[in-house]
Amino acid sequence: MKLLLTGNEAIARGAWEAGVKFATAYPGTPSTEILENVATYPEIVSEWAPNEKVALEAAAGAAIGGVRSLCAMKHVGVNVATDPLFTLAYLGVNAGAVLVTADEPGMHSSQNEQDNRNYARHAKVCMFEPSDSQEAKDMIKEAYAISEDYDLPVLFRMTTRVCHSKSIVSCSDRLEVADKPYEKDIRKYCPLPAFARGMQVKLADNFARLEEYSNTTPFNYIEDNGAEIGIIGSGVAYRYAKEVFGNTVSYLKIGFSYPLPMKKIADFAKGKKTVYIFEENDPIMETEIKAAGINCVGKEKLPTMGELTPDRIRQALLDETAQVINPNPEMVLPRPPALCAGCPHRGVFYELGRRKDLMIFSDIGCYSLGLMPPYNATDAMICMGASISGGHGVQKAFDIKGDHSKKVVSILGDSTFFHSGITSLMDVTYNKSNTLTIILDNRITGMTGHQQNPGTGYDLKGDDAPIIDIEAMVKACGVKNLISVDPNNLKIVQEAIEWGLNVDGPAVIITRWPCVLKKFSAQDQTEFPTAFKMVATVNLDTCIGCKKCLKSGCPALAFDLANKKSGILKETCVGCGVCAQICPKQAITVEVR
Amino acid sequence: METKNIVLVGVGGQGTILAAKLLTTGLMAAGYDVKMSEIHGMSQRGGSVSSLVRYGDDVQSPVIEIGSADIVVAFEKMEGLRSLEYLKPTGKMIVNDTEIFPLSVIIGATTYPENILDEIKSKVNLRVMAATKMAEELGNPKVMNVILLGSIIKSMGLTDIDWEAIIAENVKPQFKELNVKALQAGMDAV
Repeated sequence: MKLLLTGNEAIARGAWEAGVKFATAYPGTPSTEILENVATYPEIVSEWAPNEKVALEAAAGAAIGGVRSLCAMKHVGVNVATDPLFTLAYLGVNAGAVLVTADEPGMHSSQNEQDNRNYARHAKVCMFEPSDSQEAKDMIKEAYAISEDYDLPVLFRMTTRVCHSKSIVSCSDRLEVADKPYEKDIRKYCPLPAFARGMQVKLADNFARLEEYSNTTPFNYIEDNGAEIGIIGSGVAYRYAKEVFGNTVSYLKIGFSYPLPMKKIADFAKGKKTVYIFEENDPIMETEIKAAGINCVGKEKLPTMGELTPDRIRQALLDETAQVINPNPEMVLPRPPALCAGCPHRGVFYELGRRKDLMIFSDIGCYSLGLMPPYNATDAMICMGASISGGHGVQKAFDIKGDHSKKVVSILGDSTFFHSGITSLMDVTYNKSNTLTIILDNRITGMTGHQQNPGTGYDLKGDDAPIIDIEAMVKACGVKNLISVDPNNLKIVQEAIEWGLNVDGPAVIITRWPCVLKKFSAQDQTEFPTAFKMVATVNLDTCIGCKKCLKSGCPALAFDLANKKSGILKETCVGCGVCAQICPKQAITVEVR
Repeated sequence: METKNIVLVGVGGQGTILAAKLLTTGLMAAGYDVKMSEIHGMSQRGGSVSSLVRYGDDVQSPVIEIGSADIVVAFEKMEGLRSLEYLKPTGKMIVNDTEIFPLSVIIGATTYPENILDEIKSKVNLRVMAATKMAEELGNPKVMNVILLGSIIKSMGLTDIDWEAIIAENVKPQFKELNVKALQAGMDAV
């Protein structure tokens, strides 16, 4: 059977075909759809974990327990999961375990462009790198065989283009893989120093055997076109090379990329006039190949940043630039993402943005957009959960300097709070900080496309799940000053911020209103009966054209320059009422749609 | 055959992704090698979205290089202007005569240019479609995307593929007839 699948769908299909029985992830672009697709197979127990470290530990446990397990995350998620990863390499597995890392050359939806092939070297785990969906499916199946044959977790590097591109995949049936018995073995599963030293030696021996596998596996293959130019390529960069050079050069396609097939590489390079290395981001293969004494050309000609797309290859190696028709640049308006009409974050950022006495440490989620106009609220962001702990550090620095001109506000969402905000909040209370934390609880993981989380009442399969109570969690972290507010009521938001900044000790405000794009649960319907059932209208006789409402940054507003009046797009507006509260002339009314 | 390149661009929520899905499914059924690439990281929040579709005997890269698209179909005027660079000089552009204001226009910082279509027409072979209006006339503004798909199919000479069957497989039964009509309307309009 042939199907047109994205790389993420192909991984899910491959995991199913490989007999995987347990899968877990924390959502993150471009990896999110892997688990969403895995969850459609009834044979696989599929879960959203609160964060990537937890996910990898659960997948490791499932493999130790005796069933094949899959774990998926975006590249920066692997940073969170490195603690278990490095030691799991020592322990090895029982049934196979694969960790998919979805890297982001080009940073389409990420805060950095780290190359997670480095982790294979650092953690001493082997690595596959598919270049399209067929390979993604086939290599996942092979990865489980390798994981079990060599007693190692396998790191599987996807990139955005492979994750999100569709290509044709030949599919087959699910393998009936026997579960592995679990047997107590403390020398294998307990890395006390005395045992870990033995594990380290076993790992090194396995790697020696894996080099032999790398030289013989059909996933590392030569396409000999009798050319004096050779290209060694991995991932989608190999496809880009073929797009540009076709059959005019010879190729060594690297699909199993750590450890590298050095013998095959040396054979391939022999007699070639020039060998080029095509890899996206860091010069990893290049460095190792050069260190092996093999001449090659890589990053001295090809870019180290961004995607290695065909046009960039043509420019770098052939000095060719495409004939391109450019529009008048003055006419092209950028279309940055904006908070949706009805987004419950709007009221909070409107109020925060009006104040000049705040240092706002934000986090990873839709609310990252609070840094943009018209709010211009945010000062800093680093990674998941850093709003609270980063904010704590800033406040301490201000206190140490005796600088009281600004107060610190940390702001993050519900899923991010569960991910790694809780430990940060403990830091704030335990170390007697004085920050204000705002948890924007929109009842879903929004930015990645609406995944359930421990606070939503549903699990990945859509079944009912216990709700972790954010208020109770905040109290348990030792916070005495806590209030929950409706973020669409600007007066209440304003008063809450004022209270939180002036109260003695750390304070937390929880805003609770669902994401406008969320599919409502039965509980949401009971708790928010009027949500998104209203619509706002501008009374043109009262509107004075002051544009104050536009400061809400709502995409449902449109200013009519000819008449100098505000207008509201009826089909976009969901009647949150934020603009109506901003209007100094009460020219905007909200009523039932 | 040489690989053909089709670019579909629009604003998140306009249905470019479904149109590209129908297109690629049909191309695969017709026996072509097909690759499609999408960038849609933050599209739910009103950003630009693009679907890059390539088909031929053996397709390598999933992305379309600038200056190499045979056809660019823009579901919104500004996105058409922005995507002009994809088009090869002999290529064809189809633009849906619809405006969706970016944030800078909404907050009154700037105005949406009036003469986008003239600007495009002065540089490339342009066909303007009133697909949003046509969809409303068919009774559902959402089928604008399938009308534009019809225009792609006709323009690329792909009318021999059994599109009715492709639509039947991919949309709910109650919407099949409407979508088949929309596809035909799009084909007839170019």
